[in-house]
Amino acid sequence: MSTTTTTLPEAPEKPRTLVDMNWDPITRIVGSLGIYTKIDFNNKEVAECYSTSSIFRGYSIFMKGKDPRDAHFITSRICGICGDNHATCATYAQNMAFNVRSPAIAEWIVNLGEAAEYMFDHNIFQDNLVGVDFCEQMVKETNPSVWEKAKTTEAPHAADHGYKTIADIMTALNPFSGEFYRETLFVSRYTREMFCLMEGRHVHPSTLYPGGVGTVPTIQLFTDYLVRLMRYCEFMKKVVPLHDDLFDFFYEALPGYEKVGQRRVLLGCWGSFQDPAVCDYTYKNMDEWGNAMYVTPGVVVDGELVTTNLVDINLGIRILLGSSYYDDWEEAETFVKTDPLGNPVDKRHPWNQTTIPRPQKRDFDNKYTWVMSPRWYHEGEKGDGSKSLALDTGGGPIARLWATALAGKVDIGYVKATGQSVKIYLPQTAMKPEVEFEWKIPKWSNAIERDRARTYFQAYAAACALHFVEQAIAELHAGRTKTWEPFTVPEEAIGCGFHEAVRGVLSHHVVIRDGKIANYHPYPPTPWNANPRDVYGTPGPYEDAVQNTPIFEENGPENFKGIDIMRAVRSFDPCLPCGVHMYLGNGKVLETSHSPMFGMVK
Amino acid sequence: MTNEALPAEHDGPGPQPPEAVEILWVNGGLSCDGESIALTGATQPSVEDIVMGAIPGLPRVRLHNPFLSYENGDEFMDFFYRAEDGLLDPFILVVEGSIPDEDNKPEGYWAAFGADRATKEPITTCEWIDRLAPKAWAVVAVGTCAAYGGIHAMQGNPTGAVGLPDYLGREWRSKAGLPIVCVPGCPTMPDNITETLLYLLYQAAGRAPFIPLDEALRPTWLFAETVHEGCDRGGYYEQAQFAEEYGSRHCIVKLGCWGPVVQCNVGKRGWMAGVGGCPNVGGICIGCTMPGFPDKFMPFMDEPPGAKISSAAIGIYGGAIRALRNMTMGTLNKEPKWRHNRPELTTGYQPQAYMQKKEQTS
Repeated sequence: MSTTTTTLPEAPEKPRTLVDMNWDPITRIVGSLGIYTKIDFNNKEVAECYSTSSIFRGYSIFMKGKDPRDAHFITSRICGICGDNHATCATYAQNMAFNVRSPAIAEWIVNLGEAAEYMFDHNIFQDNLVGVDFCEQMVKETNPSVWEKAKTTEAPHAADHGYKTIADIMTALNPFSGEFYRETLFVSRYTREMFCLMEGRHVHPSTLYPGGVGTVPTIQLFTDYLVRLMRYCEFMKKVVPLHDDLFDFFYEALPGYEKVGQRRVLLGCWGSFQDPAVCDYTYKNMDEWGNAMYVTPGVVVDGELVTTNLVDINLGIRILLGSSYYDDWEEAETFVKTDPLGNPVDKRHPWNQTTIPRPQKRDFDNKYTWVMSPRWYHEGEKGDGSKSLALDTGGGPIARLWATALAGKVDIGYVKATGQSVKIYLPQTAMKPEVEFEWKIPKWSNAIERDRARTYFQAYAAACALHFVEQAIAELHAGRTKTWEPFTVPEEAIGCGFHEAVRGVLSHHVVIRDGKIANYHPYPPTPWNANPRDVYGTPGPYEDAVQNTPIFEENGPENFKGIDIMRAVRSFDPCLPCGVHMYLGNGKVLETSHSPMFGMVK
Repeated sequence: MTNEALPAEHDGPGPQPPEAVEILWVNGGLSCDGESIALTGATQPSVEDIVMGAIPGLPRVRLHNPFLSYENGDEFMDFFYRAEDGLLDPFILVVEGSIPDEDNKPEGYWAAFGADRATKEPITTCEWIDRLAPKAWAVVAVGTCAAYGGIHAMQGNPTGAVGLPDYLGREWRSKAGLPIVCVPGCPTMPDNITETLLYLLYQAAGRAPFIPLDEALRPTWLFAETVHEGCDRGGYYEQAQFAEEYGSRHCIVKLGCWGPVVQCNVGKRGWMAGVGGCPNVGGICIGCTMPGFPDKFMPFMDEPPGAKISSAAIGIYGGAIRALRNMTMGTLNKEPKWRHNRPELTTGYQPQAYMQKKEQTS
């Protein structure tokens, strides 16, 4: 417990008195997460933070020996809100392993389904879960002075969204009784209907297969999707300015709020939405088809785009131990020595991972969690620190928009990446004229900007979907309606799939031997965000983000709600079923920071 | 999440209905939270219809679900402690996720929900079930995991997972005499969740008879029929039109669909507001509502062994029927012969008869 992972002032202004403050479970997220902190109320800081989760299911274990064609059906069940992202990513890995390329119209159908998933999931999370942290009831209970200010602050975009003051927006976000809360619940349903049109069922799809889809492409299918999409476009014309007003207000009302949830800019995005003209699912062409994706894959370090090459991204992945209840797999079999291009594959890469659980008591001085530490190896990392970077996803959208903006590749009319921003064009809808939104690279990777990016990405997904509908209908009109390509399962093969789950990076790695699954390791976003110190002592992303969080809440210890901590944690869109799907466990501890200068713990 | 509308009125004999019913939702089984998400997708009724009093005759409903809860941590768990202490009564306990065997390892645990307030040690989900089930008015297992074990009880799993009826015992009865109510599906079709809760709330209010359940503890009105019986592709089966590739409009039993032997209403009801589903929209039925799921249906993409026999048997009949229907359809696709663009009238109209009739009436 000697490693300090914090940027807290070396000498706090007032003597430290730490108070235990715990929330277990954290609600309004997916899955079971507990946050255990020590708060320094004198200096208004979080001094320590531990995060725990509490289920183990064992997918990597029970998938061994199963038919590789079943992988997408099984892995979908990892997550109940973005299971389709897993199913889609699994089919990408299957396609590579089975050497099959889906027909173009099938890719458009999958893209439309995944776009609907982003539209639905970000919408319900932002305004029915995160939004409650910004609602009237919550702000009144945590920051009465902010509520008073909100009542007299006119909303700059009132004409666009209809709420006169910031307080009106907050009132509309009250759970169930709030008008906007109920509207977003409604929107979360017709967006799921859009999803079901393409992938059959939410959240575990019925019509996805390796080689394509079972969805029958008809005029009705795309019409039913399009009318709902246009309703959503109109909704976004209200939602984007509404959130800009709300989030800008917090910077104004609480100077210094940019520090809540802030950490170094270390963002990963594995790319989303295949371009069927380019994507052949071969490993050797992966750089080319990865760069053709409609969300560009990329790693952003300190604001610089390090790579957009999926081969580099793939080879850089390392699964580290250090604080986790596993035996090392150095002595276990190396499944994949080199990739199909001849590059060496690290022993700590998911293709070569062997999960050897070692249940034991929690010991904060040694092993204290079942979560492993995914890292991305960056040769160019400066300084004396580890070259295995603790990338985060920022809950997905901020990393996607940041990588796409810097790469400057996407240009489809409805969306244009400029090199420093992303422009999103939504055409005229029933009641509103056309609009162009521009997401600009923010100054910080923090809670507010993660939340703001989520709203802009909702509009981005809708704009992409407009393009996909046009492309799909063009295929239909041309009579190219075959949606599935036959394949045979090889005796020996490897495959990898890269995708963006709603909350961020998602990879599936499969090794096939004797026609069965010999090794399968999915790495969803939450292990990237919610992991502990690795073997080099590098802390996981939650640790930085929560530990750096100053306390703005006006309540003292007696009725402390921890709202600033909640906003920091929820900005990452935690999804614990993804985080713990392959771990045994009695909890993970994300923050073990301790400074000897701290005063006594009450 | 409280409906403070009027309590249900009750005119009949018998005990007075409760003024309010609490719904305590434990998502801490081995789950994916898919049923909590499905809850938010339901429209018939919606979750807000239930908690905001939009449906007549319901008691007040207070829902305590971690996905939707305003409260966090201890404030949230307080409802569960109060239920344990008998201070929340009556309540419906909803369990999501399969139930692991916590005794199959020397230490640690597989699934927990909240933590002990004094020691901060996690409280296992099994522990919560042991504490709350005896005090619950009804216990509902949502999702196939909670009902029968589901995907996490797959062969080769390390957790020893089972469904709630295996954990509590099939003969288990709540203090109100109800068996465990299972609403399977992976995930559960959204409206099947809310409709079952609605029924139980009516029953609690004395406005509905004892909930009808089948041998697998499923509500009979939702799960009595097979997918095939409600599938809009059933007609293709009858005519022996079987798809050879995914994406076809025809019956997909040869591609791995188990619909003819799976009890589920999704083929008929769709997934959300009638949209989506499984074989009705081109997705093979993998049997996700059934106690034998998933192992008895794997590998999913192979033709079910029984379908080989039945689809072969229907081949001759279906082919003949289709040929006859095509003949009839050919006739029906032609307009009657008196509709033409020639100058003469050939409809059989008799002007004299009309004139005579007119004269008679005038």
